[in-house]
Amino acid sequence: MSTAAAKKTLSNDAYDVEAIRADFPAMSLQVNGKPLVFLDSGASAQKPSVVLERMDRMYRSEYANVHRGAYRLSELATENYENARKTVAQFMNASVDEIVFTRSVTAAINLVAHSFGRAFLKAGDEVVISHMEHHANIVPWQLLRDIMGIVIKVAPIDDDGNFLIDEFKKLLGPKTKLVAITHCSNVLGTITPIKEITRIAHEAGAKVLIDGAQGIVHLGVDVRDVDCDFYGFTGHKLYGPTGIGVLYGKRDLLNALPPYEGGGDMIELVTFEKTTYREAPARFEAGTPPIVEAVGLAAAIDYVNSVGLDRIAKHETGLRDYAMKRLGEIDGLTIIGRPREKGPIVSFTLEGAHPHDIATIIDSKGVAVRAGHHCAQPLMERCNVAATARASFAMYNRIEDVDALVDALNTVKDIFG
Amino acid sequence: MDDDIRELYQEVILDHGKNPRNFRHPDDANHEAHGNNPLCGDRLTVYVRLGSDSRIEDAAFEGRGCAISVASASMMTDIVLGKTVTEVEALFDDFHKMCKGEDEGVALKGPEEDLDKLRVLAGVRQFPMRVKCATLAWHTLNEAVHGGDKTSTE
Repeated sequence: MSTAAAKKTLSNDAYDVEAIRADFPAMSLQVNGKPLVFLDSGASAQKPSVVLERMDRMYRSEYANVHRGAYRLSELATENYENARKTVAQFMNASVDEIVFTRSVTAAINLVAHSFGRAFLKAGDEVVISHMEHHANIVPWQLLRDIMGIVIKVAPIDDDGNFLIDEFKKLLGPKTKLVAITHCSNVLGTITPIKEITRIAHEAGAKVLIDGAQGIVHLGVDVRDVDCDFYGFTGHKLYGPTGIGVLYGKRDLLNALPPYEGGGDMIELVTFEKTTYREAPARFEAGTPPIVEAVGLAAAIDYVNSVGLDRIAKHETGLRDYAMKRLGEIDGLTIIGRPREKGPIVSFTLEGAHPHDIATIIDSKGVAVRAGHHCAQPLMERCNVAATARASFAMYNRIEDVDALVDALNTVKDIFG
Repeated sequence: MDDDIRELYQEVILDHGKNPRNFRHPDDANHEAHGNNPLCGDRLTVYVRLGSDSRIEDAAFEGRGCAISVASASMMTDIVLGKTVTEVEALFDDFHKMCKGEDEGVALKGPEEDLDKLRVLAGVRQFPMRVKCATLAWHTLNEAVHGGDKTSTE
């Protein structure tokens, strides 16, 4: 496919990428004297002006602490914060009282590990994860294992990176209490069948936690349809600010869990002898929450909705396909991960050049990619690579970005021969 | 091509990166240490045979990493041969300053001939994220000769 043909394919639904780019200040940056070609949104996405402006406005004229003051400014801040919860709930098709604001998806998973783990797991109980989890969905379970003696089982993938549902099924048994699986691999791009996984896990009597860090950005989620018990995601990959994450949990389940952190805002009544806790989500939001970050996240979701998640996904898929094709034409380049269902994430290695060297060299051409183990060392071992370079595509990327990546990779080849 | 990139990836570095010297596991090594850069997953093991006079009689390494870290390990194992632990420490100190760009107007302690060889790696000073690639092998060697067995650049 030529650049022009690829552009034409993408323009079929009149997706105006230039107009979108104009909404993102970072898209007009120059890096190392070259226009920035940002292909690392999988690590963290750039922010549209509406998010920056919304947060700025709130800090300037609508800011006070929430849930406390009996004065107008605090009421206004509380209203904004709780409206942000509504926006998130609608985005996921959840109820507002099922949305817990956290610091990150990592914090969301740790919350489940501690609260759900302490309340419902005992020594010998099993938690099933997959071979392509991010460290954030591995290490919390290992910490719990060290404290409680739970057992971690790992669902395998095939060489293309497909999740093996039949193998997964075999791992489940009477001791399986939780299945914690990624929605979309941050390395291979593999989209997992979360609805089917949830159904199978529920049949085995296990609860389900989905790590949506990558998945929600490209696919969205309808938690009622999927029927998962928990779903975590982070704001900064969804064009929102850092420091804000979300844990969705089914209402009854959340209210059956003990608090994770103790502090202000999560209590009903405190005496030195005994303290009672509020219902979810307040129970899990001890202390002053990331107020403005939550409002910024809501602004990001509004922005994504205004463009349309489906249209964004279609655009990103087009970029991924074009990238897979162009990169595939480079001699010595190996794409890591060719699953049937794949998000806009393309990891690769280049013969004779370490990913770190690739990233440094193409950065001099203004092209930003991630290089390393992507916080997924067990997956790197599975793929027999020490590290990969990774290009990830977002709503503001364009066909020319792929061309710039390919040109820059040819420079790497020139250097390394 | 960009000047900083050209300076970083000089021929001699590319050559050491592709054909590392002393890339082996000597049976008679009496000190070794593992180095690990958790940020990028680079791992290497440095093996040393230390004589009774604290002189390095053999130095070698194995592992995987980027061109900069492999080239640095390769050059290091050549340069430290025959030197005492004290001399190696002085050289590491010099090298560290070079990589951080802190050697301007500072009197370096190591032999000029060795410093000249190491200077080809000083291009990393333009790339702060890559400094630890260049120094990983040296940190690991330092750990090895002092009896430790684990090094992390974090």
